[in-house]
Amino acid sequence: MSTHVELRPGAYADSVTLLQVSRTVQGLPGVAAAQVAMATPLNVDVLTEMGFAVPAEATPNDMVVALRLDDAGALAGALAGVEQALRDANRRESGPTATAPPRTTGSGLRRSAGSPGHDAIAVVSVPGANAFVEAMDAVDAGRDVMVFSDNVPLEQEIALKRAAAERGVLVMGPDCGTAVVGGLGLGFANAVSPGPVGIVAASGTGCQQLLALLDHAGVGVTSALGVGGRDLSAEVRGLATREALRRLDEDPAVELIVLVSKPPADDVAAEIEEYAGTLSTPVEHALLGAGRPDLTAAAESVLRRLGRDVPAWPVTGSASPGSGVIRGLFVGGTLESEAQLIAAAHVSGAEAGHTFVDFGDDAYTTGRAHPMIDPTLRLEHIARAAADPATGVLLLDVVLGHGAEPDPASRLAPAISGIDKPVVITVVGTDADPQGRDRQVRALADAGAEVHLSNAGATRRALELVGGTR
Amino acid sequence: MTTPTTVVNVGADLLADAVAEQAVSVTRVDWRPPMVGTEAHLATVAADPRRRTANERALAAMLDVTSTLVDVVPASEVLGLQRGEFLHAGPPITWERASGPMRGALMGAAAFEGLVDDPEDAVALFESGANVTLEPCHHRSAVGPMAGITTPSMWVWVLEDQASGRRTYCTLNEGLGKVLRYGAYAPDVIERLHWLADVLGPLLQKAVRAAGPVDVTGILTQMLQMGDEAHNRNRAGTLMTLRDLAPAMVTSGFDTADVAKAMTFIGGNDHFFLNLAMPACKLALDAARGIDGSTMVVAMARNGTDFGIQVAGTGDEWFTGPSQQVDGLYFGDYGPDDANPDIGDSAITETAGIGGFAMATAPAIVRFVGGSVPDALNTTRRMHEITLGENPRWSVPVLEFQGTPTGIDVTKVCRTGILPQINTGMAGKRAGVGQVGAGLVTPPAEIFPQALARLADLAHPPQ
Repeated sequence: MSTHVELRPGAYADSVTLLQVSRTVQGLPGVAAAQVAMATPLNVDVLTEMGFAVPAEATPNDMVVALRLDDAGALAGALAGVEQALRDANRRESGPTATAPPRTTGSGLRRSAGSPGHDAIAVVSVPGANAFVEAMDAVDAGRDVMVFSDNVPLEQEIALKRAAAERGVLVMGPDCGTAVVGGLGLGFANAVSPGPVGIVAASGTGCQQLLALLDHAGVGVTSALGVGGRDLSAEVRGLATREALRRLDEDPAVELIVLVSKPPADDVAAEIEEYAGTLSTPVEHALLGAGRPDLTAAAESVLRRLGRDVPAWPVTGSASPGSGVIRGLFVGGTLESEAQLIAAAHVSGAEAGHTFVDFGDDAYTTGRAHPMIDPTLRLEHIARAAADPATGVLLLDVVLGHGAEPDPASRLAPAISGIDKPVVITVVGTDADPQGRDRQVRALADAGAEVHLSNAGATRRALELVGGTR
Repeated sequence: MTTPTTVVNVGADLLADAVAEQAVSVTRVDWRPPMVGTEAHLATVAADPRRRTANERALAAMLDVTSTLVDVVPASEVLGLQRGEFLHAGPPITWERASGPMRGALMGAAAFEGLVDDPEDAVALFESGANVTLEPCHHRSAVGPMAGITTPSMWVWVLEDQASGRRTYCTLNEGLGKVLRYGAYAPDVIERLHWLADVLGPLLQKAVRAAGPVDVTGILTQMLQMGDEAHNRNRAGTLMTLRDLAPAMVTSGFDTADVAKAMTFIGGNDHFFLNLAMPACKLALDAARGIDGSTMVVAMARNGTDFGIQVAGTGDEWFTGPSQQVDGLYFGDYGPDDANPDIGDSAITETAGIGGFAMATAPAIVRFVGGSVPDALNTTRRMHEITLGENPRWSVPVLEFQGTPTGIDVTKVCRTGILPQINTGMAGKRAGVGQVGAGLVTPPAEIFPQALARLADLAHPPQ
């Protein structure tokens, strides 16, 4: 056992560095104990307690290197280790300097607030139990928010929308799948040109059908604001609908506002009607339900009101008549219920035995992506329905737009090409959509399907094919 | 409606991709589930209609405070302390549950006050509990580093918010190593306490009264741009204080040898300013106390056994959990087995947005855990995730003069799981040992859900 103590006048490193150096040197072979420190009174005490004799002339400006070695032969290696450790401590490799992402919506909004002329909006799609807290960050920051999440408790939706109303913030949702805000598509939105129509919609795919039909007719939409399916209920009382109407009314580009929803609770309908009456922009109500005009009829009414021609809605390909019932297998909830309503209006649904399924329903999406993103489940059901002798015609929808499956026909076309039964498909979208409507339509028609733009038209055609026409 | 320039996306990346494809910038939030069991309480508190404005008020009240040093006096004169009354760091504690350094400091202080001749005799005194009481510093507008023991004969700094006249107090810093606040009670420790009370205190009193109020908030502003974070590094602040007081000390009429010794003592004690930084932080934070509906933390404090927090919207209630072990470097032959869990009121600095929260401005500190300069920058950035705002006065040059992250929000801690980062010294766990190292530590995670649950109990329903 030998000790080595040396003073290094004029050498300096801060105490933290030196503690680290000491620790490194202690780990070297042959080193029993090591302390590299500035010779402050405190450190001299520590060194003395460790059994080192520090020269009396040491001052706080001197560095002390004190080593206890298992054998004197280890000295050179230990001193080299001290040099290396001091060098390393003073020239550390820098880690990645990229800034970590924000962890809350509020933090994200705060960071984006730094950019000049900024106009931020939040899109929330966390699990329903957590969505309210994130969305409240946006309301706190005075920023509009789209809540894509579903399963948000009703009382939280009400609290969120009341707080938002106080601050003039627009809440789109919860369970809002589609929105176009000043031309920017959010969620599963279609790419449309700007134009004179503004939409307020309590239904995602209903809104998309309207966008697609108007786009085909050459009428653009500047903003389509989703409000969530419960907004016009007796509990929520149209809080978001009012704000959305107000925003569209303020927009000089909007000449006509279309309100798309299921029929609201009676007194809520009256309140919204009254509010709409105070606006300077006319409001066209497109209320969906039994005995009411379908989405296509609503689009036609909008066109007439704008003084535009109503085009023939395009149909590509031609299906042959079939015998049996309609099997409607949908990814769009509003499209599914519209088809069901139209079929029910023709003959009694129970008598006819037609079936309609919405694969976007919660029952099918638990633990699984939405069918607009992952078609696997519906493809299985299509194969099963095709093999069922009772099936007379398959009625399907394909919904295009941002966020949706990049090329739905690439899997659907092969799946239907071998089917010997008539297949009628509504392709909801525009040619500007990332998937390209024309390309999708052609691929599906080539596979033998009859492809419509109007879901109502497709449904009536399916009824005709199975002989349901009166 | 205008086209948004930025979308802040929280949740499915697919939705962010769809926006990016339309050539609009996207900020992607790295969302994770909140701390276990907090979902319902987070929603309840988020829906409290008072919350947003209460937090705005709490933050503004805190940021409005400026601290000036106005006096130095014996604690008995301003804290209402009687013989046998001991103030300590952290939430309330009993002798039975007190840690080694807390006991050691109490024993030393009992000897200093003349309650016993030998510190060892104080054990029986505290065990009996007769004629001695323990109370948190925080309950008397005071703060104390490490054990934080404050007794009637100790001299204290008096800091004042001149707008409101409110005051806070803290003892004079004893220096490093074997000192009372780290639990040491050897004769030289007690002797130094007597010197602080007999010489340094009166000298500083005369100097402060002659020099006029010292702008402590202003010194903090400057030292944060000079490599200090005002918890584990107080070098620039100490020297600026000495600069402000030295002329009045020299002309005080005190014995020149005493003046010289006092100046050497202050100049040689890098942590001298800590005992001014702490009451300045408390003075600011106390302005936010009692604001109903606010989720802002107004105190974080440790007694060596428990770590406690108090929140603006929950009155004087402490939410406590076990003090954690400090991760850091050790002096001499000491190692993890020698260290006591986290102790001291000094986490008031982090509560006010400096200390660990200002790590970016004092990168040397991060080496206590073998970190790098980017780690220091990232620590400060990470603290912005759990705070309500920034302090425009206290800015960090290397982060483009961004203000320090200020006003810890209980809900944000529960949402992100990010715990406040505290820089601290380490006390030996045996009474009498003193300081054994320094490093980094966090509060026990469970105290934030506790505080959140109470906030949820007190929340008003949405209108």
